[in-house]
Amino acid sequence: MKLLQDRKKWHSFKLFLCVLPFVALVLVFSYYPLYGWMYAFFDYKPPKPLSMDDFVGLKWFKSLVESDVKIDQLLQVLKNTFAMSGITLATSWLPMIFAVFLNELRCVPFRKVVQTVTTLPNFISWVLVYSVAFCLFNSTGMANTLLENLGIIKEPILFLQSSDHVWLTMWLWLTWKNLGWSAIMYIAAISGIDDEMYQAAKVDGATRLQRIWYVTIPSLLPTFFVLLMLNIANFLNNGMEQYYVFQNAFNKEYIQVLDLYVYNTAMGSGSYSVSVAISMLKSVVSLVLLLGATGASKKIRGESFL
Amino acid sequence: MQVSAGKMKKRKIHESAGDRTLGIVCYIVFAVFALICVYPFYYIFINTISANDLSARGAILFWPEGIHFKNYISALQIDGLFQAAKISLLRTVIGTAATVGASAYLGFMFTQNKMWHRKLWYRLIVVTMYFNAGIIPWYLTMRNLHLTNNFWGYILPLIVSPFYIILTKTFVESVPHEIQEAAEIDGAGIMQIFFRIMLPVIKPIMATIAIFSAVNQWNAFQDTLLLVTDNKLYTLQFILYQYLNQASSLSALANSSTSGSAMAAAVATTQTPTSVRMTVTIIVVIPILVVYPIFQRYFVKGIMIGAVKG
Repeated sequence: MKLLQDRKKWHSFKLFLCVLPFVALVLVFSYYPLYGWMYAFFDYKPPKPLSMDDFVGLKWFKSLVESDVKIDQLLQVLKNTFAMSGITLATSWLPMIFAVFLNELRCVPFRKVVQTVTTLPNFISWVLVYSVAFCLFNSTGMANTLLENLGIIKEPILFLQSSDHVWLTMWLWLTWKNLGWSAIMYIAAISGIDDEMYQAAKVDGATRLQRIWYVTIPSLLPTFFVLLMLNIANFLNNGMEQYYVFQNAFNKEYIQVLDLYVYNTAMGSGSYSVSVAISMLKSVVSLVLLLGATGASKKIRGESFL
Repeated sequence: MQVSAGKMKKRKIHESAGDRTLGIVCYIVFAVFALICVYPFYYIFINTISANDLSARGAILFWPEGIHFKNYISALQIDGLFQAAKISLLRTVIGTAATVGASAYLGFMFTQNKMWHRKLWYRLIVVTMYFNAGIIPWYLTMRNLHLTNNFWGYILPLIVSPFYIILTKTFVESVPHEIQEAAEIDGAGIMQIFFRIMLPVIKPIMATIAIFSAVNQWNAFQDTLLLVTDNKLYTLQFILYQYLNQASSLSALANSSTSGSAMAAAVATTQTPTSVRMTVTIIVVIPILVVYPIFQRYFVKGIMIGAVKG
């Protein structure tokens, strides 16, 4: 009997040994970096290894708010982050509407072409998006040529080197890239709606718009809610790639979101410690947002997404 | 009776007119949006095959003029571009193979309820999808591990990807459990079950993951930016980014690589910064443009399965 139990235990442990190398990879690449948070409490000068003499306590956290200039800079970064995430959050219903009206297209080949073509930009990198922007909107690009030909402008407009409407143009590029792809989840949800509901609505004399409003949209709201929660959880995580490729000396003030600011502080000015301190604060706030969002999801829908 | 029937008919006609307008508006709006998604690529492409003096002035808008393909030939001779293409291709092939293999294996393993503390290890991996230390600590870790300026820095961190593991696990769970039990009774070990029985069954989801992962590897830019200073390890994406930010030295680079006799060539085929940038853009984007429409259904399948348990 005991032998059998031991064999069972050994088998269960053997299964663990099978995945151990991969668990080790995760520990090394995803958990070991957490140890780097320590740099936020030390005066770290890159080539030299850390020693206890360099311990500075909360110096770097205090330095974030020690002068008016620094406070202003940090506030501007937070403003950019909140504005751009805020615009995305406020327009998070767009993919749903996109899917709903795409579904209203009766001509199936046309619908398929539209779906294929509009999801395409999602699969090109931000560097390529920037390249597209560059080719179309530089001083001899398509936009300027067209406006000049139409006689609207005489001098080319430097779209990409402008500090005006940065938040809006960043949102536009993001939407151009993501809208079609984000709609796919809703398209799937729509195909799962019971056709009898539409038939019943038709019999009752509902117009197309009424059918959308009273049948389609209510069926999509659960999906919308989950994605909204995920968006909220990622409020501070804009990523840096989009903003990094689009940034230049002219728009820097308005384009720096937290992720980019963290990168610029470390790699641009070499202040690793300050940068880690900011990124730590960000991670903690993000974690709170994530837990809040899953909590809300659990309470309202009975399931969490963690 | 008569009156009400007439009223109903009238209302019906009125409604269908409204519905028709809605339909037409939908067609127009979607056609415009589709055009906005496609035109940029078309615009760049026609510029790369048009006379370079025209494209540099921005004169090419809707159709190519003075068609020639010399830009592509010159681009291939630019120093470093071929090397970058090689690196991009290598990381896409090796990285995709490693990620797909690991995801299939782990997705299967994490369905084994008997595993010691299975839930703990699974959660440990899934949590990394939502929470990480941040890029600077990650960079410092990579530096400590000597993975900066190292090709394996492109591959190793991406091998275990929680999202793909979730996809495979969900898929394996949909396979009838009796298959594995029958094999166990026949005396098959866990590895035999995985390689002989599971692997052929989960091929569709592996195809989906392969496509996702290949696109990610091809498009990756941030890791080169953080980890690599050795220009032998630059990827196409990184080279393209550099080209976009370099000014006139670019065309000198392209023209110097062609022979002296070519210096007398017509202005139409002399390289300009615009022509180099656009040509490289097309070279980088073409694999995606070719792969995407063919494999679209795999992408869609992936996000559907992911949606169940994202």
